[in-house]
Amino acid sequence: MIFKDFIRLRLAGKSVFDKIWESHIIYEKEDGEALIYVDRHLTHEVTSPMAFEGLREKNRKVRRPDLTFAVMDHNVPTSDRLKPIIDETSAKQIAALEKNSKEFSITLFDLYSPYQGIVHVIGPELGLTIPGITLVCGDSHTSTHGALGALAFGIGTSEVEHVFATQTLWLKKPKKMLIKLEGKLDEVVTAKDAVLWIIRNIGVGGGIGYILEYDGRVVREMDVEARMTLCNMAIEAGARTAIISPDEKVFNYVKGRPYAPAEEEWDEALRSWKELVSDPDAQYHKTITFSLDKLEPQVSWGTNPSMTVGISEEVPDPDDYDDPKEREVVERALRYMGLKPRMKMTDVKIDVVFIGSCTNGRLSDIIDAARVLKGRKISHNVRALIVPGSQLVKRMAERMGLHRIFIDAGFEWKNSGCSMCIAMNEDKLRPGERCASTSNRNFENRQGPGGRTHLVSPIMAAAAAVYGRFVDIRELDLPTREEVVEYARTH
Amino acid sequence: MLEPIKVIEGKAAPFRVENVDTDQIIPAEFLKIIDKKGLGRYCFYRWRYSEDGRLREDFILNNPKYRDATILVASRNFGIGSSRENAVWALQDLGIRCIIAPSFGDIFYVNSIKNMLLCIKLPEEKVRMLQEEAEKDILILRIDLEENSIRFRDRVIYFELDEAIRERFLKGLDEVELSLAYEEKIRRYEEGMKSFLLPKPRRFIHD
Ligand code: SF4
Repeated sequence: MIFKDFIRLRLAGKSVFDKIWESHIIYEKEDGEALIYVDRHLTHEVTSPMAFEGLREKNRKVRRPDLTFAVMDHNVPTSDRLKPIIDETSAKQIAALEKNSKEFSITLFDLYSPYQGIVHVIGPELGLTIPGITLVCGDSHTSTHGALGALAFGIGTSEVEHVFATQTLWLKKPKKMLIKLEGKLDEVVTAKDAVLWIIRNIGVGGGIGYILEYDGRVVREMDVEARMTLCNMAIEAGARTAIISPDEKVFNYVKGRPYAPAEEEWDEALRSWKELVSDPDAQYHKTITFSLDKLEPQVSWGTNPSMTVGISEEVPDPDDYDDPKEREVVERALRYMGLKPRMKMTDVKIDVVFIGSCTNGRLSDIIDAARVLKGRKISHNVRALIVPGSQLVKRMAERMGLHRIFIDAGFEWKNSGCSMCIAMNEDKLRPGERCASTSNRNFENRQGPGGRTHLVSPIMAAAAAVYGRFVDIRELDLPTREEVVEYARTH
Repeated sequence: MLEPIKVIEGKAAPFRVENVDTDQIIPAEFLKIIDKKGLGRYCFYRWRYSEDGRLREDFILNNPKYRDATILVASRNFGIGSSRENAVWALQDLGIRCIIAPSFGDIFYVNSIKNMLLCIKLPEEKVRMLQEEAEKDILILRIDLEENSIRFRDRVIYFELDEAIRERFLKGLDEVELSLAYEEKIRRYEEGMKSFLLPKPRRFIHD
């Protein structure tokens, strides 16, 4: 019996997650909890101050400042950075990160750094995130980095302190869920729509205790930035993280980036990364396949990301639910959102449009939005802002001339940061305002007290800005990405 | 050093909201405070207070019957969303010492344990039964970590808890201190690391 198990284990294939996990174990307890080595630790101003304080109290150091990187993103102004920060507590938090980075010899991308940006945008962009590593950050959307084949975990402040001091993390091995996305997406349907569809189907708790692995034709065809969107929102299904086996697209993406391995080290890295594919006979605790051929653009209607419908659908009616508990949940969400049962999604008018965040604040997202905005103006009822995910994204877009499309359309073109995704800076919804947002959380009050959030893709958000309501973007005549880039270059 | 916890005894409040995200437990605007203490004031801020700053009568923890509760009997997926540990600090500052629910957000669960806020997973029927009991009449629970039991009104429910977690509560260990005992192993691991894993700034784009 034991012998047979042994054979089975030996023969069972491994997933990309298993491979990274096993190669990072420092020590494993009998109950399966393991001390895992951390190759990269990214940190930001909001979840780090108490962790640094903890180190100081016990007279400890950051074990590996060379593997630790800090950035200011959550709290930062997106307006003129030469002016002092008005909010005193924000200013304090920012000053604290500056002081702590200096004291503990950590590289900091501060407000004035040309590489400042949202932590999950700059990690991959600067080549800090590479395949096969373990990466942690005191932020739940750390799952984003899984798109490059890294094993990335969002952690709390106590764990941040633990990683500072030991460069390791105690983790219980999560269960594995394989999500296969098959078929072919409609040309205007994006990774954002796909991930909203997944969450809508498995629920906000469906991934609890799991790491999600994405695969299938749709995933393979996606560019690396789209895969980041897919992994980013795994946490919204309750999963602690997500991962995708790295392929040529990822290697090309990483190559040449500032912190990425170079020269002989590149060759060596590449050799090891090519082994990182999930074996065809890898074992999973659960496998779900979605066929996305007919997937519509998705819009969230409620107060968590699973409360989502397709653009041609209606808002649900509480009366359709037999379970009184479910009915109550729907009623509560509709009340907060100020929506009537069975309202058509295309009849929902909006006041604000926010394009940005670690979900959809990358160059490809900006290009997508520009496809809609080229030659169009936003509705006079709408206030619209675009907040590039990093200063580098912003500069690239400006070099390409894309910013003019947004400014001409009536958008505010801002400096990078988390901005209205979390409303810790001056970018906030006012009570009752309704926002089409490319961020990841439509929780009550997330974008400002009393604010109402609808999660959508950048193309959907841009279209909503133009029409002042949600529209089915499949009905619009849109230029391709290449055409809009060419247009921006020549105008 | 954290104080060991063997028994938690206190009043239970039924908290019947599903999918409570950590944004609700503590809104982002209060994350700017660089102090763990005093966050209880902001716990469930938008649910506890109306816009003009008055206590909302329809919020369960404002009900005089439950104001001094130290145990929440919550619903599915408690603590999903943001990794903010401030959610745990806020609940603790409010006096909450234990949360019982059918399931928890993964990061919230870990954060709670690290701060000795006990999270107990129980099957849905048992949670519902406890919620009903707490609604019927004042319900005092006695949670004993030495025998993994919840006792109330001559009844008892047993729960499962990871051995390592139980030990942490019973002994009140400093985790960093514990992990530093593996220092030698960590050092050896680091010696074996491939050099390409070490980030070296080379050439910056647009430099
Ligand atoms: S953009 Fe939003 S979700 Fe992403 S790290 Fe910032 S606050 Fe969190």
